[in-house]
Amino acid sequence: MPWIIKYLWLIPALPMLAAGLSALMPRRCRVPSASLAIGSMVISFLLSLCAFSQTLGHHGEEARQVFNFNWFQFGDQWVQLGWVLDPLTAVMLVMVTFVGTLIFIYSTGYMSHDENFMRFFTFLSLFAGAMLGVVIANSLLLLFICWELVGLTSYLLIGFWYHKPAAAAAAKKAFITTRIGDVALLLGMVWLYSQSGTLLFYNNGGGCLEQSSLSALVAHTTSIGMAVSTGIGLLIFAGAVGKSGQVPLHVWLPDAMEGPTPVSALIHAATMVAAGVFLVARVYPLMSAGDGHSLQVVTWIGAITAIFAASIAVAQDDIKRILAYSTVSQLGYMMMGLGVGGVAVGMFHLITHAFFKALLFMGAGSVIHGCHEEQDICRMGGLRKFMPITFLTYAVGMLALCGFPLLFSGFWSKDEILHAAHGWPVSHIPFYLGAAGALLTAFYMTRQVFYVFFGDCRLHLGRTTASERRTVEHAGVSVKEHPHAELSGDPHESPSSMTIPLVILAACSILLGFLGTPAWPWFQKFLGAEVEGFNPAVISLMVASSLIVFLGMGLGWWFYGRKPLQQSEQPDPLQELRPDIFALLRHKYYVDEIYGHTVIAFNAWFARACDWLDFWIWNGAVQLVSYVVIGLSWVNRCCDDFVVNLGFDEGCKGVASGGKILSRLQNGRVQNYLRVIGIALAALALLLIWGCRPS
Amino acid sequence: MTPLAAYLILSAFLFAIGLAGALTRRNAIIVLIGIELMLNAANLNFIAFWRFSEHPEALTGIMFVIFSIVVAAAEAAVGLALIIAIYRHYKTTNVDEMNSLKG
Amino acid sequence: MSHFPLITVLTFVPLIGAIILAGSDNKAVARWLAMGMSLLSLALALGMWKCFDASAGGFQFEERHAWIPALGAEYRVAVDGLGLLMVLLTAVITPMAILASWRNEDRPHLYFSLVLFLQSGLFGTFTALNFLHWFLFWELSLVPAFFLVRLWGGPQRAAAATQFFVYTMVGSIALLLAFLGVFLATKDGANPGIFDFTALADLGRVDGIRAGVAMNLGFHLFGHAFTASAMTELIFLGALLGFAVKVPLMPFHTWLPSTYTEAPSGTTMLLTGVMSKMGVYGFLRILLPIFPYQMQALRTPLLVLAVVTIIFSASAAFAQRDLKRIFAYSSINHLGYCLLAIFAVATSGSGLAAPATEKAAAMSGILLQMFNHGLTAATLFWFVALLEQRSGGLRGLHDFGGLRKVAPVFCGMMGIALFSSLGLPGLNGFVGEFLIFKGVFPLATWPASLSVIGLLVTAIFILTILQRVFNGPLNSKWAAFPDLTLGERAMLAVPIALMFVLGIYPQLVLGGINHTITEMVKQLPF
Repeated sequence: MPWIIKYLWLIPALPMLAAGLSALMPRRCRVPSASLAIGSMVISFLLSLCAFSQTLGHHGEEARQVFNFNWFQFGDQWVQLGWVLDPLTAVMLVMVTFVGTLIFIYSTGYMSHDENFMRFFTFLSLFAGAMLGVVIANSLLLLFICWELVGLTSYLLIGFWYHKPAAAAAAKKAFITTRIGDVALLLGMVWLYSQSGTLLFYNNGGGCLEQSSLSALVAHTTSIGMAVSTGIGLLIFAGAVGKSGQVPLHVWLPDAMEGPTPVSALIHAATMVAAGVFLVARVYPLMSAGDGHSLQVVTWIGAITAIFAASIAVAQDDIKRILAYSTVSQLGYMMMGLGVGGVAVGMFHLITHAFFKALLFMGAGSVIHGCHEEQDICRMGGLRKFMPITFLTYAVGMLALCGFPLLFSGFWSKDEILHAAHGWPVSHIPFYLGAAGALLTAFYMTRQVFYVFFGDCRLHLGRTTASERRTVEHAGVSVKEHPHAELSGDPHESPSSMTIPLVILAACSILLGFLGTPAWPWFQKFLGAEVEGFNPAVISLMVASSLIVFLGMGLGWWFYGRKPLQQSEQPDPLQELRPDIFALLRHKYYVDEIYGHTVIAFNAWFARACDWLDFWIWNGAVQLVSYVVIGLSWVNRCCDDFVVNLGFDEGCKGVASGGKILSRLQNGRVQNYLRVIGIALAALALLLIWGCRPS
Repeated sequence: MTPLAAYLILSAFLFAIGLAGALTRRNAIIVLIGIELMLNAANLNFIAFWRFSEHPEALTGIMFVIFSIVVAAAEAAVGLALIIAIYRHYKTTNVDEMNSLKG
Repeated sequence: MSHFPLITVLTFVPLIGAIILAGSDNKAVARWLAMGMSLLSLALALGMWKCFDASAGGFQFEERHAWIPALGAEYRVAVDGLGLLMVLLTAVITPMAILASWRNEDRPHLYFSLVLFLQSGLFGTFTALNFLHWFLFWELSLVPAFFLVRLWGGPQRAAAATQFFVYTMVGSIALLLAFLGVFLATKDGANPGIFDFTALADLGRVDGIRAGVAMNLGFHLFGHAFTASAMTELIFLGALLGFAVKVPLMPFHTWLPSTYTEAPSGTTMLLTGVMSKMGVYGFLRILLPIFPYQMQALRTPLLVLAVVTIIFSASAAFAQRDLKRIFAYSSINHLGYCLLAIFAVATSGSGLAAPATEKAAAMSGILLQMFNHGLTAATLFWFVALLEQRSGGLRGLHDFGGLRKVAPVFCGMMGIALFSSLGLPGLNGFVGEFLIFKGVFPLATWPASLSVIGLLVTAIFILTILQRVFNGPLNSKWAAFPDLTLGERAMLAVPIALMFVLGIYPQLVLGGINHTITEMVKQLPF
């Protein structure tokens, strides 16, 4: 066994160790803490590269190597954990560590003024460690453990500026929404465990994703006639829905933009949200086993999410929220890709997306940083003059996201998905949904870029914006000390610690696409996909999708590029066109409101009902019993007081008063006694005489 | 010879007078005198019944009466002594005021 | 070592401490003496854990002396993995409880004396193997708890203490009657009856109690003879009531929130940390082995009750505004999982590939959950005690806000305890819950599926606590809120470290009790 397999655990353990160490360091060690975090990520990146090279040259099953160990025992069984190195893990490892390192470096610039700089790096490292743990896990249990830790750290990072009530609420919302999915995942996990007797994915033929176990899972049916594999697959997918922000659990992701921007880049672009997609890719053998109904569900959910979120993004004004909805939409594409085309298709988009979306988020962070914490795109404009590097890199990211033909990675990966969707035997609707989503994507990204970088600068300079004041206060720095307060002049370009990662990511966003073109599908082959030879029919589809992108960008130019916005208060052109639809989109189809009035209200109502039930019914029953007991004792007392005691008292009183009456006879007057005697004597004499009277 | 009934009637009168005296008078001495009268009424009965009995030769009636007179004398003596003692204590011989015996 | 009466010594060390303390009147001496005694018992318990032979089954450290032969009463103490784990938990929680009430200035010698007395009662309960002897300790532990609540509690303490006492007393009486029934039923020739748990368990496995009832206990009501099965069910229900009140199982739980809320926090730590485990212990040691068939017959309604307990208590916790009440309901919720697993195990599990494995998983989960919940809940109440000390008695959900800014260490450590209670992997709560669900899901699929709602709602209310108390803008009232002192950090680091250790390396506990669990599963007749 190569050494890298045995020591694969080091890759997640190093960032975790860094997190632990910097958690224990005193507060002023800013530089050691940051360098520890970055250093650990760099080493992890190098180790990942070693692992990656290990998998090169193998294909499919033979490229997979596992290391399993016992964790704890119950009864006569041991619960086993382990890690796996296969192409899927390898590409994810490289992607996560590489993007992670860049984000860490970027954060040193972005967070440089924050009081809680060290805590930020602690959480960030912990997050990276947990995410890498998800990637290498060879056991659904280990994956779940790391998955939950990812959830925890995202909670901590989203709520990093915990003084903002909005951030605290968003963190809670993120955790709970993903927890809904996690609970389903837990059920799927215990179901899988009970059916296959192991949670190891691969164990030399004995793992739950291997043939013997899968065929048993397919053979069993549940009471509602569904194959067990489908049921488990759907439950696991529910976990992925929560984590990857798919409809209907997408609501947390846009709110999570309350966190610092590097967090958004790390969590919402590169890693955490990708964990859901990765999970589906990991258990793909299970999902695709049998009738594959679970994959159909994956496809439909993905397609609906793609168009749904893209349409919302059209009407948003917050630069990060637009990107957040764009992420939701792209995750929908990945899910759709997994559903219609398999692991390679979905994963290819995941990897390319991770790079260009991290680029976009970090670009947005740079813009926000340069505009003094302004996030409203209506208040920006003309920034290309002030921030040339940011503009150029952002443009690359935007074109990649739109899927601009040939040159950009997004084109190749998205086209792959659309191509697979076109060939999906079940239905063509996902394809049309995806195509419409691509149109919308091109449109809203063009809108954003025109709003932010073109036209005249609408930034209200010379005064602190409300959102800036808020953020600065929450970061614990008084407004005067904050460096931005002095920079009352023009927007400025960000420091090199922020721009260099942008440039690197931009380069990757262009180059990565060529690893998976239809002409040379190296990536797909690497992930073990069956690749048919180059099919000229692909060309026509590519042309079609290019036309869609051009159409979307053209529309964007028509609405936003021709006449740039003059004032920030000016209404959106779309709003003038169709105010009703625009309002619907701006309010995100009122999903939050609907949830607020249904699920959340029900939960609150149910809690109150339980409390009420507890207080009035259960406790009431006890009270009732105690009242009955008290009542009985009262009756008993009444009996005692008013019947037994009173009767006795009355008897005593009677005797006493009788004595009083009789004692009058004994009044000490001897003559009275004599009188009585006399009367008695007379009476007796009369009686005697009467009695002796001869009859 | 005077018939028995006459004695008995006399005796009854005597007794009634004694009783009335004992019952109605307040003065203790007069009460005592009433009692003596009743006692003597009884004595008279004894004598009368003895005299008219079948065996007047046996002196049983006389014996009874003599005993009775002795006892009555003793009783009178005790009674007077008590009355004097009470008089000394309460400064009265009114029997209505002598009620310390009541329960 | 085999002749050294370790368990007797363990039981009487705190008792002696209690007696000495009751007579002392120096506050400082009382504190240190109580601490010393509880640490001594901890050392003894750890020694026992060390000497315990995990690879051998059955009871160890056994001491057996005749007591009242005519009543079948013996002095018989011994521990298996279950008893040992509970003894260890008691020994760990008591010093924590003493530390949490260190600053108690109101008759501390009496307070600590009662705490030690309670500890002795708990040790006795977890080691006794004869009903009379066991029942004695079971009731003895109630008395100090009552006085601790009654004399040192909050404003409503009188009502709470009375409710607590009467409620548990009703349960105990039912239990006592049930065991009188068992005693009479097991009369056999010269033998007046059986009170010995292991002997009763042997009988229970072959449904011998019912046979005994048929032979010895005729019962007529209104001219109708009770069948032996109905009579045995009745006996079972009596015993069930005794334990269900203690754990508690809905709807016998209403004493718990008010008692936990009114009791001084140090006492609440003992109540939730250890005394609530007495009920679960009773289920495992007495109810399940002695009445397996009866439990199987009533399994469905009991499972429903367990699910109701889990979901309702979690939801009710969400509706509370007092931290102690929230944790009280959360405590009901966590022990609800134990009950769910206990009831789920009472089935043959035919149709499953490996029912014994699932049962072993559920059993391991129960034991782990008992230990973990004791640790976590006690730690949480400790934090509430510290919070109360700093806020002058306030502990409402809305009384605070933004404490993280002024007391980051406090919030960090309490956050760890809260997430442990939530069942976050990596901390101790997770493994127990996972094992319970792993075992219960195949044995009782729908109850397990419904119970996960409890996990979800737990997450909601725990995060609500974090949001309201620690996050958000700082409530200006608490601008001078002191963070944990170094001493407090050092003390709290112990349970927190234990949480991590048990979360990452649960084999530490499971390795010691695994043999017991295998035996317990084998003991089940189906």
